[in-house]
Amino acid sequence: MAVFIHDTNIISPLGFSTDDNFQKILLGTSAIEKVFINDKIGSVYAGKINDELFSNHFQSINADFKGSRIEKLLIAALSPIVEKNPLKKDSVFILSTTKGNIAALANDDLSGAFIDKLVQNINSYFGFETDPIVVSNACTSGVVAISLAKRFIEMEQFTNAYVVAVDELTPFVVSGFQSFQAMSSEPCKPYDADRTGVNLGEAAVAVYVSNENRTESIQILGDANINDANHISGPSRTGEGLFLSIERAINEAQITSDQIDCISAHGTATLFNDEMEAVAFNRLSLQNVPTNSLKGYFGHTLGASGLLETVITIESLKNNVLIPSFGYQQQGTTQQINIITKKEQKSLKTALKTASGFGGSNSAMILVKNSENVRN
Amino acid sequence: MYAISKFINISQNVVCENGKTIFHNQEDNFAAFMKNVYKSLNISYPKFYKMDDLCKLAFIASELLLQNETENDIALLFSNNEASLDTDLKHQQSIQNPEDYYPSPAVFVYTLPNITIGEVSIRHQLKSESAFFVAEKYQTDYLHKYAEYLLKTNKAQKVLCGWIHFLNGDYKADFYLVEKMGILEHSKEHINDITK
Amino acid sequence: MDALKQELKERIINALNLEDISIDDIQDNDPLFGDGLGLDSIDALELIVLLDKEYGIKLADPKQGKEIFQSVETMAQFVAANRTK
Repeated sequence: MAVFIHDTNIISPLGFSTDDNFQKILLGTSAIEKVFINDKIGSVYAGKINDELFSNHFQSINADFKGSRIEKLLIAALSPIVEKNPLKKDSVFILSTTKGNIAALANDDLSGAFIDKLVQNINSYFGFETDPIVVSNACTSGVVAISLAKRFIEMEQFTNAYVVAVDELTPFVVSGFQSFQAMSSEPCKPYDADRTGVNLGEAAVAVYVSNENRTESIQILGDANINDANHISGPSRTGEGLFLSIERAINEAQITSDQIDCISAHGTATLFNDEMEAVAFNRLSLQNVPTNSLKGYFGHTLGASGLLETVITIESLKNNVLIPSFGYQQQGTTQQINIITKKEQKSLKTALKTASGFGGSNSAMILVKNSENVRN
Repeated sequence: MYAISKFINISQNVVCENGKTIFHNQEDNFAAFMKNVYKSLNISYPKFYKMDDLCKLAFIASELLLQNETENDIALLFSNNEASLDTDLKHQQSIQNPEDYYPSPAVFVYTLPNITIGEVSIRHQLKSESAFFVAEKYQTDYLHKYAEYLLKTNKAQKVLCGWIHFLNGDYKADFYLVEKMGILEHSKEHINDITK
Repeated sequence: MDALKQELKERIINALNLEDISIDDIQDNDPLFGDGLGLDSIDALELIVLLDKEYGIKLADPKQGKEIFQSVETMAQFVAANRTK
């Protein structure tokens, strides 16, 4: 059974719709700036949604809602999608998040930090009649969530799914990444020779996935989520899990690697992650395919990143434009890969989206634009 | 048709295999309990002691199911209600007081529930499909269907499903292995019995 | 210096949860990483926290750790020369 991604929406520091975000990216705008976290941590380079701007935006969605910030982000991301695609009896809500409302812990509110509570609230806010599905698979969660939507539709459990991904920029996460010595003290530079680590970010993203083939829909042709079985925090030096994930996704899609027009990779800008990806891409002969990391625009939005980057990649396919990898100047991996350095109009049909994360997790997904619907 | 080949339940100082008690702990303390079961397994895996309690529980339950297993293409579908909140609380404590602010990387790395999957994958060399789900209770319908999908589509040769609960000293693990042959039919009724 | 080395061994065992290893198992010049105690990258990061928490030493560059954490001997010398508490 064919499964398609239709409408999308992004709430990020760059804007409050997919179009806003995509236009900013085409202009080469990055959300990364010095952000004050708290007195102890001080300021770090990160992507942070402006509270005042978001609050104004949220007023137009629901002026009466009194919930947590993260609930508002989820509602803002999903509302326009639900408006366009009214819920059906078998509609399911699939949430991707690594930390949910972890901010509640700082206020001694343990019950408020349960991800399950967050998802139940959103599920009943929109009136879903089925049990929600929550996936928490570190930085691959966003891609895994779409993969699950595809698979549950293929197994005819549902005909359609509302996939939403969210994570917030919190002292909890910033302090942890700092203890890992993984944070860059300047705007991040994925794949660059001078890269020094991650910038964190935040976003809420929603997409509608179903078995209907509409105009302008993007088909999910293949997907896989394979573990490295190597280390709980360090990426495999051989890129084994990522290699296997891409290989299986390509096989399921019944395409060959030379049919892939572009890659939206993970590219966190840590030394080891970017190197691991270059190794895996070379093992699959993907080293000449135009590749970007979008972390330079948004920072690493953790559980939201996979879905956020998938949506931007869909726009890239629909608009036939290659998006430059922000922050990249010169090759910084031992094996060569083809990082996109300037915006370029090019006929695009097939994209590969990948993600990798803590716990040895990896995900790969093949996205294809219907050739009848090519917009030039 | 698929079957459950073996199941493990751990709670209240008792480990059961296929419904029969195989280990009964004398001390009323989770750390000692897990250490005693670990010792009884006669394995040398020093990394066990570095794991947080959620991972220790997942590790022990998986070890009991997979210790004589030769298949490597085993998908892992783990789930619970509290994600990694027990360790999240420890990390939060380390950053709560600016005067005593020492976030620990060895704690922070366990503030993701899917690290349980990572630990079990490393131990048994499972380069396989996996996902960590968070839900109010065991999602029998979804996981029954998803396990069979992974087997039918050849995305995995076996599927290890596990519910792992650990929060503030309270714990419970219900794990079962799904494959072609086994002792119980892979039915929703049997899954409900195992995970009740 | 010997007292500091003993203290370091004890703290390393505690901080890194080296359950099956005792103070007597660690010789002053044993390599901590690689074939020695079999420590990994997370352990190295945890030792950086240990220096900060127990001895008030903040490593400006985590790469310094490679030399400091060669053995208990090198760690003790570094701590003795740089401790602020």
